[in-house]
Parts: sequence; structure tokens; C-alpha cells
Amino acid sequence: MKEKHLQRRIVADRLFRGLIIVLAFICMLPMFLILFFIMKNGISVINWGFLVNLPRPMGEAGGGISNALAGSGILVLIASLISIPLGILAGIYLSEYRKVRFAYFSRLSVEILQGIPSIVIGIIAYIWIVLPMGSFSALSGGVALGIMMLPVIVMSTEETLKLIPDPLKEASLALGVPYPRTILKVILPAGLSGIVTGVILGIARIGGETAPLLFTAFGSPFMSLDIFKPVNSLPLLVFNYATSPYPEWHTLAWGASFVLVVFILSLNILAKMVTRKWKVQF
Amino acid sequence: MQKLITYSLACMILLCISGAAAAQQQELIGAGATFPYPLYSKMFDVYSKEYGVKVNYQAIGSGGGIRQLINKTVGFGGSDAIMSDEDIKAAGAPVLHVPTCAGSVVITYNLPGNPGISLTPDLVADIFLGKVTKWNDPRIIAINKAAKIPNMPITVVHRSDGSGTTNIFSDYMGKVSKEWKEKVGTGTSLNWPTGLGAKGNPGVAGLVAQTPGSAGYVELIYAIQNKMPYAAIRNKKGAFVRPTLQSTSAAMNVSLPDDMKVSLTDTDAPDGYPLAGLTWILVYKEQAYQGHSEAKAKELVRLLRWMTHEGQKYAEPMQYAPLSKRTVAKAEALIESITYNGKNILK
Amino acid sequence: MNPTDEAGTDSQSMPAPAQARGGALPAKETTRVRSGAAYGSRTVLSEPVFKRILYLSGISLLLLLSAVFASLFIASVPAMKHHGFGFLIGMVWDPVAGRFGALPFLVGTLLTSFLALLISLVFSLAVSIFLGEYFRSGIMSSFIKTVVELLAGIPSVIYGFWGLFFFVPAVRWVELQIGVLPYGVGILTSALVLSIMIIPYSASLGREVIGLVPGDLKEAAFSLGATRFEVIRKIILPYARSGILAGVMLSLGRALGETMAVTMVIGNSNMLPKSIFSPANTMASIIANEFSEATGTIYLASLTEIALVLFVVTAVINIAGKIIIIKMSVER
Repeated sequence: MKEKHLQRRIVADRLFRGLIIVLAFICMLPMFLILFFIMKNGISVINWGFLVNLPRPMGEAGGGISNALAGSGILVLIASLISIPLGILAGIYLSEYRKVRFAYFSRLSVEILQGIPSIVIGIIAYIWIVLPMGSFSALSGGVALGIMMLPVIVMSTEETLKLIPDPLKEASLALGVPYPRTILKVILPAGLSGIVTGVILGIARIGGETAPLLFTAFGSPFMSLDIFKPVNSLPLLVFNYATSPYPEWHTLAWGASFVLVVFILSLNILAKMVTRKWKVQF
Repeated sequence: MQKLITYSLACMILLCISGAAAAQQQELIGAGATFPYPLYSKMFDVYSKEYGVKVNYQAIGSGGGIRQLINKTVGFGGSDAIMSDEDIKAAGAPVLHVPTCAGSVVITYNLPGNPGISLTPDLVADIFLGKVTKWNDPRIIAINKAAKIPNMPITVVHRSDGSGTTNIFSDYMGKVSKEWKEKVGTGTSLNWPTGLGAKGNPGVAGLVAQTPGSAGYVELIYAIQNKMPYAAIRNKKGAFVRPTLQSTSAAMNVSLPDDMKVSLTDTDAPDGYPLAGLTWILVYKEQAYQGHSEAKAKELVRLLRWMTHEGQKYAEPMQYAPLSKRTVAKAEALIESITYNGKNILK
Repeated sequence: MNPTDEAGTDSQSMPAPAQARGGALPAKETTRVRSGAAYGSRTVLSEPVFKRILYLSGISLLLLLSAVFASLFIASVPAMKHHGFGFLIGMVWDPVAGRFGALPFLVGTLLTSFLALLISLVFSLAVSIFLGEYFRSGIMSSFIKTVVELLAGIPSVIYGFWGLFFFVPAVRWVELQIGVLPYGVGILTSALVLSIMIIPYSASLGREVIGLVPGDLKEAAFSLGATRFEVIRKIILPYARSGILAGVMLSLGRALGETMAVTMVIGNSNMLPKSIFSPANTMASIIANEFSEATGTIYLASLTEIALVLFVVTAVINIAGKIIIIKMSVER
């Protein structure tokens, strides 16, 4: 009697373990399915022409994604210029003034900012920049992306700096190094791996964003490097082509997705490598 | 300090690139209807090659075109819907409707074997009102005795965005179905009683192509390009007319007001297709406003003139009806009335 | 004077000690030369300036958030004056007639998000237990951990694109078998795509808390003869309950605001959804669809009001999740 009861418990345990393993592996499936789909459908389009040509008018064959690549580059550049300096400074503030009451509200703001849906940020950029400027522009798109990138950088900087032991800072101050220099030249470099990781992850996050660009960057069939004019971007191109009825455009969208996914996944892997190689152990 | 220098340098480089790019070429920005988008994208591609002026037109739907024109975030709007009084009030200044071509809204569907189908106006209304729900409904079979129609439910596909195509469609529906007029009305964004929504003409075409048993309304070229069947519709004079170049042009043969704000639906012409419509480029009559330089206004006027004259030869190959001589004359009069600071741009 | 006192300031001149004043150089120059020599180059920032810059950066975050909220609020005022609270329970969204009721989108959002949460819960819990209990380290662990993290990195538009070509035909096939209208798109499809997207958020937090369960609690249970399954069921899960809940809240917050993937597979219908196979719209997708073309002040303000509601709801859920995490770490 006791034996049977024990048997049942052991069987249940084994079954459960098996179930967990199966479920966890099922979670892997979508990843590989997506990659498989993208590669199967998109690889045929990828060639040098694809990367350097401009898109062709509706229904015509050929065409490439060069302006989308350039546009994405410009948007990421603008977003980085806005968010990295401010983000790092704010991260330093939050890690230095942990006990201050006001810093608590700042931190709360960052956490709320991080959770704002990207479409809402698109509306904000439209109200703040597109309307006053009278035109859609790469600048407004860059600002929207910058607002999204900011919390990532702030939080990763703060987390990194919190991990640096206080004695390092105190030693530097004790040696006569003024406070600003201590922070900028001693503490920041010590946390460089974390900060760089934060930047890389921030770029990975905004590189694939479409919603905030719908009514800011607007899209363009031409190559444009002007930040005050509309600009195309890789995710926008995927969205427009994917929802069209033309099979040629679908294939282009798969190709563009391939480029996008490779880019973002490489950034994620790069971030991991940076952490592993550059992390200063205390 | 070094970081500050690097940072400022990066910003300045960015601005320099922008400035250089801006100094080189004029770029005209427009947005709006997906209805004529295939034609416009071809026209603008040719125009940029011949005249070096880039025209960036984003097909976000007629509603979007009107909105962005009102906000003055684009230089011109594309719309198959005439601006409502509320919109004109919001714009604050007169807006010209310059016609560029005419097209046809067709009822496209997805049935096995692609049978040719004819429909009457009230049938169309009842399908899109959700009252006729099966393809082998006796009313449909009655006028399609030769076609092989399966027993499938009808899935309605309509536009999810603000659309001039919807406007043309609902304008016609309002004329032929009292129930439609009361329940749904005419406009660019409707309270659809049934069906799926898709973005843009391309979206509707795509969804119909993928959903068996579905029916939707798109501009003719979208059905042709995707090799999808479309229905013949009985017009006012009682003839079942298929949407073609000829039947669309025939529908344009009506009395035209000077401001060209006219609807072509439910045409009186005996061989006209009842769901035809004009599409317009919307521009402000007075071009001197915030962010709009005289040079830009001149380029815009030149573009409009080209589109209504030399550009018309690109319409037919894409199954759009080119403007008739009378229409071109009216369009010219409108273009010549465009002013900058009170002075006409075109002499 | 102690060297440490001088270290605190840079270019401020200090009263030199009486002895130095008697020396060759005047007092001021002495200090300056000493400063220069000690720091090697001309110094840039004084401490008060730097601290002010830091403080301003901190304020800017708060200002940014307030500005976002204020802009949304101000832009929504025309709609709020027009509808009042009826907006949230109004069932009809009719731009032609000027009637704007947001209930269909609230329902659409809640249905898709909670359905997605339900579907993802099983899997994310499994992953958390897998990584937190069974395979804490090793190749298997790194592999699964990396893949789950990369799942979070795939852009939303690509999920939508893939969903369009993978889930939609599949769901359409299922619908044909059941006898429902074979839309293919709809609430169920969106929930399926959404569930995959939100797994990483609850999985990573869940893994952390499960891993932090004190070893002696587990060992006590084992020593009494419990199987692993029983330990998980009776010890680990109850202990990590609040952490898992926090992860669920984070996932929910993400699901509520997700736009692109949902817009591409939800069917875009403004009617109140009748079943999970119905097409619908969420708050995020209606904004994406209609914002750039909303003509008329009330129309635009109504959409902005929806954005405001979305903003407030996601903020509240995210804060709730964070509070749970903080309370958890305090308890420990």
C-alpha cells in the first residue's frame, strides 16, 4: 500500500520534470520558427543590389532598402545624441543620491517612462515637434526614439554604478581628486561595460520600433539625410510592405526583416560579450 | 571636456549633412489617398527623373491627407473625398480640389474558381450591411444563373483607416439604399455594421486575397494587379456594367462645377460604371503660409500642371481614366488661380 | 591647512597660510600654481556646478514625465468636455455621427491582454522553474536563457509580420473546422502572438525569485522525503508567489501597450467583440489606425483621450508590479 503511494509520487515527479522540459522547449519554438520563416523567404532577395537600391514604385520589380537603412541609421544617431548624455548624467544622479527623497520621484518617473506604450510616445512627439515645425521629420522620429531609449540608459547606468563599491570613490576623493573628476574619470570608466551594454540594448530596443515613427518620421521613397525632412526606416518598410497585397513586396519585407533581425540579435549578443569581456570585477 | 567636444562635433556634422542635403534639392511632401497611389508613385518617379524635384507622397488614406493638410504638415493632400464644411473651417483658408484622374471602386471577392459575378446596388448594400450573409443567397443566384456559386458565408472586408475610397463607396450606397443612409451614412471613416478592417487599398486587397469567401471594395488597379475577380454592377439605367477604362470615362461625362467638387457615383450615363470617382490633389489657394516658401509654391504649381497635362499619359496603362478635355480645362483654371501673397503664380 | 581641504575645490582661491605668504610668490598665485601642478591640466568643472548639472538631470526626468502627462491631458480636454465619463462605457465609435465610445477598445484590449497572459503563464512558469530549479547552470541553462531573452528583442513589427503568415492561416483553418467565420485574424490570433512576446518578461523575473528561494527550506523538505515536484509545489511556488505575481504584472503592462503586432492581426473592427474569434481593436491599434487622419477636433481629442487612458493604466500596472518587488525584497 505504501509502496504504491510512493510509486505514484515518484511517477508524478518524473512526469512533472518531463512536462517542464517539454514546455520550456516549446518556448524555444517561436524563435526558431520566426528565424526559419525569415530566412526561407527573405534570403533570396538579399544581394548587394538589395542593400544599395532605392525602393521601386508600387508593383514594379526590383528595388532595395538603402533609404530605409540610412533612415534607421539617422534616427538611431539622433536618438543616441539625445538620450546618452542625459541618460548617463541622470543615472549618475540616481546612483549618487540614493537616499534623497527627490531621487525617489526621479526613479519613479524613469520607471513609468519605461512602461509608456510606444504609440503614446509617437503622439507626444507629434504634438511637440511635428505640429510646431509644420512638417514630418527625422528629428521628430529621433526625439520619439530618444525618449524611449532614455529610461534604458538611465536604469542600466544606475544599476552599474550601484555595483561599484564605495571605497573606490572614497579612495579617489581622499587622494585629492575633485568630485566631478572622480565620477567622470574614475567611477564611469569602472562601470563602462555596464553603460556600454545599456547603450547597446537601448539601440537594440529602438532599432525595431515602428509605432512611434508612424506619425513622426512618416516614411519616404527617397534617400534622405536631412534631419528636418521625412525619412524611411527599416521597421516602417517592413510594416508597409507586409500589409500590402503584392508578393514581390512581401519578399522584400522578408528580406528587410532578415536584415533587421540579424542586426538586433547581433546587438544583443554583442551586449553579452561586452559584459563578459569588459566587466571589472570587484 | 573631450566628450563635450566629440558630442558637439557629432551634432554639428549631423546638421551639416542635413543642410547640404537640403540645399541641393527641393522636396515636396504630400500625403493622402491610396486610391490613386499606384499612379502617383509612377508619376512622381518619372517627374523626379525628368525635373529633379523629389515628391514624397505617403499613402495614409484620404482622411490622413486632409488632416495633415489642415495641420500644414504637408504641402499637398491627396483625397477621393471632398472636404467637409467642418474640415474647411478647420483649415481656415480656401482649399482647391484639383482633379488628377478618375478611377473605379470595384467589389472584389475570393471564391473558388473565380466565377464572374454581377450585383445590383441593393445587393451590395445588403451584403455590406450584413443582411445578406451567404454567397448562395437566392437574390445573388437569381441574377447570376450561369455562375458556379458555392455555399459559403460572406466575410465583408472594409477599410480600417480614413479613406476616400470608403467615401466614394458610401456615397453611392447612400444614394441607392435608404437603410444605408440612415444606419451608416457617408464619410471617410464609418461605423461598419460588420466585417474586418484593413489598412489602405493594399490592405483590403491583401485580406480579400487571403480570406476565402470574402468580399471587399478596392480601386480597380489593386484588383487587376493581384489578379482578383471583380463584380459587374447594375447602373442607374439598368445595364450591368463592368468597371473598365471606358465605363469610368463615361461616368465622368457629367456636368462639372468650376470647383470640381463633384461626385461621379450613380452616374446617369447609360454605359457608365456606377462606382466611379474623381480623385483630387488638395492645395491651399493662398500658398503663402507658415513653412511654405515661394520657391516651394512654384514647384507645387509646376507639379500640378504637369500632372494634369503631360502626366496624364501614365493613367491609361494603369487602368485609371485620364481627365477629359473639359476636366483638364477646369483643372487648369483652378491651378491658375493659385496665388502667393495675392499674386497668381502661373501667368 | 590639510591637503584634503584643498582637494575639495578647484579654481577657488584659498587664503594661503601665513607662512606661504611670506614666500617668493604672492598667496593667490601659489595656490593656483599648486592646483595646476596637482591636477595636470586646467580643470573644467567645479563641484557645485557639476552637482547642479546632476540635479538638473534628475529633475529633467520628472519634468519629462510631467510634460508627457500634461500634453496628453491638455490635448484630451475637448473630448473630455464633450463626452464626460460616458466615453468609457460608450459602445459606439462612429466618427461620421460624431459619437465616440471607447468601450469596444477597452474590451478588445482587456480580452487580448488577459488571454495572452493566460496562455503565456503556463510557459513562462515552466521556463522559470526550468531555469530556476532544474537547470540552474550549464549549457542547457545558458541556451534557454539566451533564447528567451532574444525573444524579447525581436521587433514587434516582425512578430506581426510572422503572425500574419503563420498564425492567421492556422487560426483560419481551425475556424473552418469549427464552423466559425474564417477570418483568421481576430482576438485569438492577437492573443497568441502577444503571449509569445510577453513570455520573457515574466519568465526572467520568475526565474530570479525561484532561484532565490533559500536552500535550507528546500533541503528541509527533501530531508523529510518530499519529491522535487512536491518541493516545487509546496515550498518554492508559495515562497516565490509575489515575485511571480510581479512578473505577471510586468508582462501585463507590456501586453496592454503593444501596438504593431496587434494591429497587423486583430482584424481592425470597431465593434464590440462577441467572441474570441471576432475581429476587434485595442486602444493602441485604434490610435495607430486613425490618428494620422482624424479630422475634427473632437475626433482627435477622443483618440488622445484613449492614449491618456492607456498611459495611466500601463503606469499604474507597472508601478503595482514594482511595489510588489520592493515589498518582496523588504520582507526578505
